[in-house]
Amino acid sequence: MHELSITQSLLDAVVGRTGERQVTGVRLKVGRLSGVLPDAMRFCFELVTDGTPLAGAELLIDEPEGRGRCRGCGLDFTLPDLIPLCPCGSADVEITGGRELAVTSVEVV
Amino acid sequence: MCSTCGCSDDAGVRITDAAGVQTGEHGHAHDHDHPHSHPHEHPGQDGHDGGGHETIALEERLLAKNELLAARNRGWLEGRGIRAFNLMSSPGAGKTTLLERTIRDLGDDLDIQVIEGDQETSLDADRIRAAGRPVVQINTGAGCHLDAQMLRRGLDALDPAAGSTLFIENVGNLVCPALFDLGETAKVVIISVTEGDGKPRKYPHMFMAADLILINKADLLPYVKFDVEDCIRQARMLNPHVEVLVVSATAGDGLDGWYGWLTDTPGAPAAGTAGHRPHNRPEALSDAR
Ligand SMILES: Nc1nc2c(ncn2[C@@H]2O[C@H](COP(=O)(O)OP(=O)(O)O)[C@@H](O)[C@H]2O)c(=O)[nH]1
Ligand SMILES: [Mg+2]
Ligand SMILES: [Zn+2]
Repeated sequence: MHELSITQSLLDAVVGRTGERQVTGVRLKVGRLSGVLPDAMRFCFELVTDGTPLAGAELLIDEPEGRGRCRGCGLDFTLPDLIPLCPCGSADVEITGGRELAVTSVEVV
Repeated sequence: MCSTCGCSDDAGVRITDAAGVQTGEHGHAHDHDHPHSHPHEHPGQDGHDGGGHETIALEERLLAKNELLAARNRGWLEGRGIRAFNLMSSPGAGKTTLLERTIRDLGDDLDIQVIEGDQETSLDADRIRAAGRPVVQINTGAGCHLDAQMLRRGLDALDPAAGSTLFIENVGNLVCPALFDLGETAKVVIISVTEGDGKPRKYPHMFMAADLILINKADLLPYVKFDVEDCIRQARMLNPHVEVLVVSATAGDGLDGWYGWLTDTPGAPAAGTAGHRPHNRPEALSDAR
């Protein structure tokens, strides 16, 4: 699925920065509402990095939970899914977390 | 390439232009501008003892490159007064049938051009060509969605006229295309009543990204269990202001609403009204910032 092309973007982003240096670890943020499955990414990572300086690197994935802030009552709360519904009943909710999809750091030798 | 999900990167993408000329394989799909010249070097052969690890901070969103290319497409299209509609659905929901019908009914009013995305074959492009409109086929190979770079290549091959109305038929899939902005004017999601009415709940990203939802095959409603009201309710929980139209691409029910939406969209050649304003919602497509 889309995890493969996203993992390819990850490889491009890292190699664009680290060049030929051997990468031993990659830290990512994959929010729980991002639409990307960490397990699928792990699987794709092995395929995509084979034969590159990232081969064998450890993939550390933070999975921030979904967060919402109600524009009605101001409550900050956990969003288990993409349905923006505040416990107060309002659907006027800003999704403030959980959609992250980014590489945050890499470990190089 | 990916045996679990059957997806691959851009390497297998092919474009077939209006003259039937196919391009593909190399030199465009993917910038393989990795700085490494030789990927098979291994550590440990150069005297390093592994003690010198270094952490490099690298805040980079993974969809950033696609978003940049999509923004370029959007500017290019707007500069030429071309409205581009990205049609997304499961396979078989009726995208090509709707396009054929729309070309028949609106072909005199709108300069319709089409980019067809499918994993394989140019069958859908052949259908559009038979309907008499310019079309380019993008075959994604094992890839399961179009991305902004593929659209760019499709635009290069199609070279749509200024002021035209471009339909992009995405690869049939309700998951992956939702995450890839193409630079389109609006996203149209089609579901058909034979697919069951739980689709918005099952594929929230897609329905959240939609500017318009078409519920197609309305002519079959008497024969299948599909709760239109409940389906619309689910979609509006995710996307409170989304427009929903119930249509039949074959029988013609509800198509006036679709044509009205199309001609009212800003940028239409015949000055439209202020209603039905599709808005681009990049925040629904990208990660949080
Ligand atoms: N009954 C009925 N069948 C339809 C309708 N729209 C499309 N179909 C049929 O659904 C099948 C798939 O349509 P197609 O346009 O190829 O779907 P696509 O994969 O989304 O492009 C074809 O057999 C169409 O004739 C409709 O409104 N009503
Ligand atoms: Mg089709
Ligand atoms: Zn509230």
